[in-house]
Formats: sequence, structure tokens, C-alpha cells
Amino acid sequence: MAQQPVLLEVKNIVKNYGEGNVLDGVSLELRKGEVKVVIGPSGCGKSTLLRCINGLEKIQAGQILLTGNVLTEGKTDWSKVRQKIGMVFQSYDLFPHMSVLDNITLGPVKVQGREKKEVVLEAEKLLGRVGLLDKKDAYPRQLSGGQKQRVAIVRALILKPEILLFDEVTAALDPEMVREVLDVILELADDGYTMLIVTHEMQFARAVADQVVFLDGGRIVESDAPEQFFTQPKAERARRFLNTFVYEKGGEKA
Amino acid sequence: MQDLGIRVLFLGNNLQRLLGGLWITLRISLIAVACSIVLGILLGMLMTVRNPVIKALTKLYLEFIRIMPQLVLLFLVFFGLTRSFGINLSGETSAVIVFTLWGTAEMGDLVRGALISIPKHQYESGAAIGLTRWQVYHYIMIPQILTRLVPPAINLTTRMIKTTSLVSLIGVVEVLKVAQQMIEANRYTVPDSALWIYGTIFFLYFLVCWPISLAAKKLEKRAW
Repeated sequence: MAQQPVLLEVKNIVKNYGEGNVLDGVSLELRKGEVKVVIGPSGCGKSTLLRCINGLEKIQAGQILLTGNVLTEGKTDWSKVRQKIGMVFQSYDLFPHMSVLDNITLGPVKVQGREKKEVVLEAEKLLGRVGLLDKKDAYPRQLSGGQKQRVAIVRALILKPEILLFDEVTAALDPEMVREVLDVILELADDGYTMLIVTHEMQFARAVADQVVFLDGGRIVESDAPEQFFTQPKAERARRFLNTFVYEKGGEKA
Repeated sequence: MQDLGIRVLFLGNNLQRLLGGLWITLRISLIAVACSIVLGILLGMLMTVRNPVIKALTKLYLEFIRIMPQLVLLFLVFFGLTRSFGINLSGETSAVIVFTLWGTAEMGDLVRGALISIPKHQYESGAAIGLTRWQVYHYIMIPQILTRLVPPAINLTTRMIKTTSLVSLIGVVEVLKVAQQMIEANRYTVPDSALWIYGTIFFLYFLVCWPISLAAKKLEKRAW
């Protein structure tokens, strides 16, 4: 992995909403083809980190670099940046007044100025890949949560982003639908997509990650290979966090 | 036919006068509704601003207009302005002013409601696929705002048309006033004309408001 170029560099970023820092000097690097998973207790700043990278939140200090170029409020053409950094949200946020196909083709046609015909063909191909080709003319309200989220992923993919950000994309889904969405992301990892994923699904994190980043109180507490992190976490806070996912019967406690 | 009150309608140029009155009603309503839509959209946008002073002022305006009966507002503008400031407005102008003030307040509140009902995430997910601010409004926000706005706005329009019947009280000879004049003039010859004339008025209001309601129904029908 080390020989791959660095796509995204986050240097010491600080974010606060008036009182207390939500992000308190976070740094990380994302190399081409790398999958990093960010985990941590709620309120630790995971989602804020992704939102800052995509320019949805201003940062107070530090730098974010995309392929070596510094992204700054005001000077950066965020429309261009966001075509390179796709983002999928927890609540899917499809546009309710548009069909599935229109949801997907809006970006490429209006933002990238691509030919509608060509975009539709590609959209249909991608929809086929996530098993939703028969839903292309449906409206979002006619879809299940898992289906909506898969459409949202296709909507991000069709812009051919260099990096994909996933912000707790399964947190609002029924357990049975979590799988169908995570399978799509696993496939994307196999295809070599560069991804930064925030999730609460620990087994998925372990399977998909090249590296796990543990965030607490706005700082990176631990950053490790998944095997190492999930079996022998170094930080005490990480150990306590991981323990909350373990269930034991009262009598069998060691 | 001799005793039927409806014949009053066809005496002289009565029918023409009645339609002339209807035109006055419509003219006042349509000008006021058009102004209210434009000003109401601006007011509604203003009401979503975070500035506390603007918030307080718009709120005050809305509550003042809502609490005041429309008739009092009409008297205030028509008689009050003349008495206190020597501004002499015609009845019709006063009516247009009052109904615009009222319609703007109501419309502003409807627009505000529609604006805040669109989740912030809609804006963000539009921005996340690279749309510019203007494109997000054009393709995502405005279409959703409009579909939420149409039904209550149409309702307001028909309410405004019906309420213009009050302007006869400041001397504007609109459709209701013409009807009253016709009934008065024929009180001795055709004593039972009131039912027929007012029945005709009912029918005329219905003719005006019904197509608007139909149009609203059509606009409300949507695929999503």
C-alpha cells in the first residue's frame, strides 16, 4: 500500500461549534485504494470529520489537502471537489420528487455536463450491479430503506469520485437491510475504491478495513490494522469501547 | 313568469350591471392576490432569517394583521387615513391595499412553513453531488417547496375572493352591492327577488372559485 500516492491528507484539523472542540487536532492520510474505517463512541466527531472533508462544515484550524491541493473556505471550488469526494449519508436523502433514475443522473448531467443518454446507460448498469434495475422508474417513497441507500451509493458513484465517504450508512436501517448495503460497499473495496467509512458495524469494519481509526473526544486515540485493533487494542478507551459490543451470560463471566 | 323574482335580473341592464360588479370584485381580488403572492414570498423568506429584529418585526406584522378583522382594516385605511393624514384614497384602492396587506401576511406564513419543512439534508445531499447553491435551489428545493405551497395558497386565494364582499361597506359597488341595489329598487314590484338575486350571486362566486379549486386539485396530483 505504501507505494500508492496519497489522495487525501488531513492535517491537524480543529472544529468547534462555539464551546469545546468537536475535532481537536485530527490528522490522517488516505492513499489511493485504501479503505479506512473510523469508529468511536457517539459524539466523538466521526461524522463531523467526514463533513469537514466534504466542505459541509468549516474548520477553524488545520488543513485538508486533496491530491496535494489545500482546500480552503472561499477559495476552493467545492463543486469540483465534491465531484472528486463522493459522500453517502445516514438518512440516504434521495430527492423525493424525482424518480430513481433522475436522482442518479442529476449530478452528471447538470454538474458535469455529460450527455443524458450516456449517463442513463451508465446509471442502468450501476443499478443492475446493486440489484435495483427494475426500480429505475420508481420514486424514493416506494423503496425500502436498504434500497434507498443503494440508490444513494449509485448516485455518488456515477460522478466517478476518487474518494468515497460513508457516514454511518446503515445506522437508520433494519438489521435485515444492513447486509445488502454492506455487501455493496465490500464489493467497492474489492474494486479498489478509496474509502473513508464511519460505521458502528464492527464485523463489517474488520472485514473491509485496511486500517481502523479509533476516535474519542475529537482526537485519534488509536490507529491500527483491523486484526490488531479488534484482538489487542492498545488504548484503554478503545478496549472499553469494544467491550460494549460483547455480550455474556451472567453465569459465564470469567 | 309574472311572479318569479328572477325576472328582475333581466330588467333593463341589470344583468350587465351585475356582471360589472363581479368584474370589480375580481379586479380587486386578482390584483391583491397577485401582489400578495410576490410580497408574501419575499416576506416568507424574510421570516426564515435568523436576525432577531427581523424575526420580531415580521411576527408583529403577521399577528397584527391576523388579529384585526378585515373590516376594521378597511375602515382604518379608507376613513382613518383621510381623517388623520388627509390622504384621500378611493374605495377600490383602499380595498386593494387592505387585501394585499392581509394576503401578504397569510402568504408569508405559508411560504415560511413550506421553507422550513424541507429538511436541511436535502440541501446537503444536493451539494454533495457537486450542485452549486443556485442549482440546489433550482432542481431540489424550489420544486419541493412549490408542491407544498400550492394547496394552501389556492385556499387563501378563494378566501380572499370571498372576503372582498366586505368592500361594499366602504362604498365600492362590487357584485354584492349591485345585487342589493337591484333588490331595493324592485322591492314593491317584485318583493321576492332577494332569494333569486342572492342565489345568482352564490352561483357567480361558485363559478369564479370552482375552476381555481379544480386547478388546485390538478396541481396537487403528483407522482411522488
